[in-house]
Amino acid sequence: MIVTHKYFLKFPKCETETPIVYHLVKDYDLEVNIFRAKVTSEGEGYLVLDLKGKETKIAEALKYVASFGVSIDTIDKGVIRDDSLCTHCGNCLSHCKPKALHLADPVTRQIAFDENLCIACGRCIDNCPMKACSSLLE
Amino acid sequence: MKTYNQINEKISSGKAVVLTASEMKEYIEAHGVRKAAKDVDVVTTATFGPMCSSGCFLNFGHSKPKMRITACRLDGVPAYSGIAAVDCYLGATQLRDRDPANSNFPGKFDFGGGYVMEKLVRGEEIELTAYSYGTQDYPLRDLKTKFTIHDLNQAIMVNPRNCYQNYNVATNCSDKRLYTYMGQLEPKMGNLTYCSAGELSPLLNDPLYETIGVGSVVWLAGARGHVFSEGTQHCPTCERTDNDVPAEGAGTLALTADMKKMRPEFVRGCSFVGYGVSLALGIGIPIPVLNERIAKHLGVRDKDIRAQVIDYSTDYPLRTGNVLGTVTYEQLKSEVIEFKGKKITVSSMSSRYKALEICQLLKDDILKGNFLLSQPLSPLPKEQGMKQLTIRK
Repeated sequence: MIVTHKYFLKFPKCETETPIVYHLVKDYDLEVNIFRAKVTSEGEGYLVLDLKGKETKIAEALKYVASFGVSIDTIDKGVIRDDSLCTHCGNCLSHCKPKALHLADPVTRQIAFDENLCIACGRCIDNCPMKACSSLLE
Repeated sequence: MKTYNQINEKISSGKAVVLTASEMKEYIEAHGVRKAAKDVDVVTTATFGPMCSSGCFLNFGHSKPKMRITACRLDGVPAYSGIAAVDCYLGATQLRDRDPANSNFPGKFDFGGGYVMEKLVRGEEIELTAYSYGTQDYPLRDLKTKFTIHDLNQAIMVNPRNCYQNYNVATNCSDKRLYTYMGQLEPKMGNLTYCSAGELSPLLNDPLYETIGVGSVVWLAGARGHVFSEGTQHCPTCERTDNDVPAEGAGTLALTADMKKMRPEFVRGCSFVGYGVSLALGIGIPIPVLNERIAKHLGVRDKDIRAQVIDYSTDYPLRTGNVLGTVTYEQLKSEVIEFKGKKITVSSMSSRYKALEICQLLKDDILKGNFLLSQPLSPLPKEQGMKQLTIRK
């Protein structure tokens, strides 16, 4: 069965020269969609990506990635929204292209966040006047 | 016809009919203006959004030995001390000393006056550092201590301009992103942003200032406060559409209330990347339904309120006066708007969600009988333009 899952891969300081994403595509026949990536000068880094492919292949691929000491998280840590800080002004609405941040109710204009739609672009973090959106990745 | 006294007597005896602005509009649509004017005593209006022209006077009490404070910092944010010995005025948009501001554009603006005001209302501890040139009667020259709002004699919010009657809508016709107080504006009219509570907004429900005047009672962030003056830039002489609704900025209010009685969820420090810091405030104003004309004005709907779309890449900063066009708040509240043949997504800086909450909280306060109305001591100016600054050589 073909499925799509979002993963948060955190790379430790890593000496490997192996092009991991290349192998995910070539050896495991996966479609890789990278939303966010960062590598620090110390060689640590992270990737937020979607993996699309056969469920069994994804499982094998994750084992392969883990063999490099990479920590894998299925919970999307791209963006965290703190509802207690949100004033529901709606400034985020035109900045969130995938509409993860959306109107829960057009009458009250309460804002809701659908993590599954979030591509962790970070535009809400930069735009929220109340700092209701943040990221562990920054 | 009703009088303030009659309405206050009804409030005190628990017999007043109080509706929120939304409820009143529905009531008018269902029963007509005449019946609404007869049946309803008070309508609660509200707004919640960034209001830069806000600040507070604080009195610290005297240290031992005494100090005539020349300059002070609250959590690093300078407060104006050019008044009496231990009084100061903290402004909402004041940055911390040595804040990098926009030196590495766009600046982040993590902290400032608005945030200190929020901390005050939360009852959190704030660091006070003060300097004085020293006098014989006030010898202390340096001071560093901590305080909360409970330690202060007074913390009085005094806002020169709140509750803009209407406001422009921002967009960006250039090909690069703009960082403004109306949020980030994406290139080539990539988005529109607005900042008004529209049909819930106090001055849009009393467009000719018939009930809201100097001395009117207001709900300022949960505290009972007052209109103490017309707001700065109050400009009632403007283009108005049907039902006397201004099509541009127009009227403003200067408000004051005791910060010790405020609720922190309605006093929020806020920040705009590339622009600066401010304060988002929640304000409610009760409107007495004295007569049919006032009731008619309370029936205003988002579809009846127009706002001017301004290009913030050239027309706004250069003050050309050019307007791209007008849109209604009903259009703005649909998520995508068609403007100049382009589908554009819309953002709001003003929270309808919070405004609805305030309308309800104020209604509850009035129904409980502990929020009486006050007749204005004097009306706001009804005819008055707005001057611009001419730079003279």
